[in-house]
Amino acid sequence: MNIVACVKQTPDSAAKLQVENNHVSWGDSPLIVNPWDEYAVEESLLLREKFGGKSVAISMGPESAMEALKTCLAVGCDETYLISDPVLKGSDVSSTAYTLAKAIGKIGDVDLALFGRQAIDGDTGLTSSQVARYLGWTLLTYVIKIVEIDPVAKTIKVERMMEEGRQVCTAKLPAVVSVVKGINEPRYPSFMGIRKAAKATIPVWKAADLGLEPSKVGAAGAAVTWMDIYPLPVKETKVEIIQGSSPEEIAAKLADKIMAEKVI
Amino acid sequence: MTNKVWVYIDQFKGAPNPASWEALGLAKTIADLMNSGVTAVVLGSGMDAVVQKAFANGADSVMVCDDATLTDYRVEPYAAVFTKMVSEGKPEIVFGATSTRGRDIFSASAADLNTGVIVDATEVVSQDGALVATRPVYAGKLLSKVVCKERRPQMILLRPRAFPAPVETVGKSGEVIKVAAVLDENSIVTKVAEYIVEEGQVSVDSAAVIVSGGRGVNGPEGFEPISKLAAVLGGAVGASRAAVDAGWIPYVHQVGQTGKVVSPDLYIAVGISGAVQHQAGMRTAKVIVAINKDAEAPIFNLAKYGVVGDLFQIVPALTEEFKKRLGK
Ligand SMILES: Cc1cc2nc3c(=O)[nH]c(=O)nc-3n(C[C@H](O)[C@H](O)[C@H](O)COP(=O)(O)OP(=O)(O)OC[C@H]3O[C@@H](n4cnc5c(N)ncnc54)[C@H](O)[C@@H]3O)c2cc1C
Ligand SMILES: Nc1ncnc2c1ncn2[C@@H]1O[C@H](COP(=O)(O)O)[C@@H](O)[C@H]1O
Repeated sequence: MNIVACVKQTPDSAAKLQVENNHVSWGDSPLIVNPWDEYAVEESLLLREKFGGKSVAISMGPESAMEALKTCLAVGCDETYLISDPVLKGSDVSSTAYTLAKAIGKIGDVDLALFGRQAIDGDTGLTSSQVARYLGWTLLTYVIKIVEIDPVAKTIKVERMMEEGRQVCTAKLPAVVSVVKGINEPRYPSFMGIRKAAKATIPVWKAADLGLEPSKVGAAGAAVTWMDIYPLPVKETKVEIIQGSSPEEIAAKLADKIMAEKVI
Repeated sequence: MTNKVWVYIDQFKGAPNPASWEALGLAKTIADLMNSGVTAVVLGSGMDAVVQKAFANGADSVMVCDDATLTDYRVEPYAAVFTKMVSEGKPEIVFGATSTRGRDIFSASAADLNTGVIVDATEVVSQDGALVATRPVYAGKLLSKVVCKERRPQMILLRPRAFPAPVETVGKSGEVIKVAAVLDENSIVTKVAEYIVEEGQVSVDSAAVIVSGGRGVNGPEGFEPISKLAAVLGGAVGASRAAVDAGWIPYVHQVGQTGKVVSPDLYIAVGISGAVQHQAGMRTAKVIVAINKDAEAPIFNLAKYGVVGDLFQIVPALTEEFKKRLGK
């Protein structure tokens, strides 16, 4: 069973961000594998260990995203591909999903494409659904447990995390699955893995290699454009520390404040 | 007759997501500017009460697909009929509430319709013939303004509790447009086996009040005083990742970047230091109260009111105080 994990390289969530002319930078803070995608990668490894086949990680992004794929190799992915081409710059969800769907198609014979629930930079969480639509595959989002897979009958049973609780459902492969925290505990790279990854050459696919239509990729294919990006305005409120000689007195004063806010 | 502005009404087993009414409220304001009415879209089975609620919350007409295949939420039949409705009715704008289902349906249908989706909008203004939405990105540290300039419809999901809910007018009604399902049961590959639902607890997603506990509560039993305070305030229990990872409370309660993003009216952070990843989930709460024994904890930079002290003394005292005041 061949499994693809889609990984995005993102700045670390603890990075100090700077914005200038609508361009976000993060100083010398490292770029990481989007934390949600670590669960997708781990699940691909677990499934490969169980069913055989290969675990393939792909990423679309600049040359630097090679590092994210090296991390995937170091934890045990069999193959990785970087999709990188200047024409892909300015992609939004639609053009990213179109590109990833084409890449998954090129890998061929894939039963399962795994995604993180969302990327921690754009925070959209829409890509997996669109990839499923472009491929015409089953879509199962917010999966917290893959209960079983029958690689022969090509069926899958999962638990999906909705606001109201878990929905248990069965469906057919091939499927696009987005995963949430709790599905597994991502492993750390092994020493051997890191050495192997350091030596590996990661193939790069250009737009032409995937047969992408120029009008559908990058900024040209984007439906949603970013007009402006800026830091969160600083809140003026300074904290008011409630003091008193006993917990009861503090509680009474705090309750006064909360009642006055009319939020109860 | 359908209108230029539509709103998708999210529901689970017949219970509407309250954020859908907030979307309906905004839709009204935007539709007024366009001299249009608002059409609500209801998908499910046994939807009569939801349809009535949509009228009460301001819909001028309601398009409904009431069908057995929509009893359980599954993206295939939901998106199939939604795509068909939109491609035939050609609205300019479709609003909805950001939720797991909202993301699924809007994203899938947008791919079918070759248009874009904006998710988690906290502000929407009309500018040069398109809607410009503000949305938090990078874990809420930055705000972006985004627009779907050319393609139609503009599909925008609003962050719950970021917009006011309309006042209900009971007994109001209007035209109901019935639409047939697109897929029959045999052509839907996803089958729902069961639900595993935690009963009787207020979920953090739409709660107006959240009391959250962190590593400071020091164990599963530490969530008892937290739960008592939440119960008295009619609110939900939240948690930091440290408390969830320690196994003291299930993941559904986690607030933050890798948990839920919430915007309650009141957020009480108890024994939580206020790491950026936690802030990502609760920064937009209207009033934040922090109870922490460390006066230097970063949560105090975000809070409006703070108590520097031991949570095991302050929280029970606060619970007693509110019991008195709220007559419980
Ligand atoms: C990729 C990534 C994603 C993350 N996602 C999330 C997320 O979604 N949500 C999240 O919360 N975190 C998240 N984190 C973790 C985050 O960085 C912090 O580690 C976490 O929020 C800390 O939880 P805490 O505040 O409960 O614990 P601590 O930081 O240990 O704080 C405990 C606080 O309790 C106080 N305290 C202790 N005893 C008492 C007492 N008796 N009375 C009063 N106060 C007391 C202490 O003074 C301290 O401030 C993420 C981290 C990473 C790297
Ligand atoms: N550029 C990319 N390359 C590979 N995978 C991506 C890319 N962008 C998004 N994804 C995948 O889609 C998921 C959701 O991303 P998003 O919709 O951007 O929040 C991520 O967790 C990844 O699994």
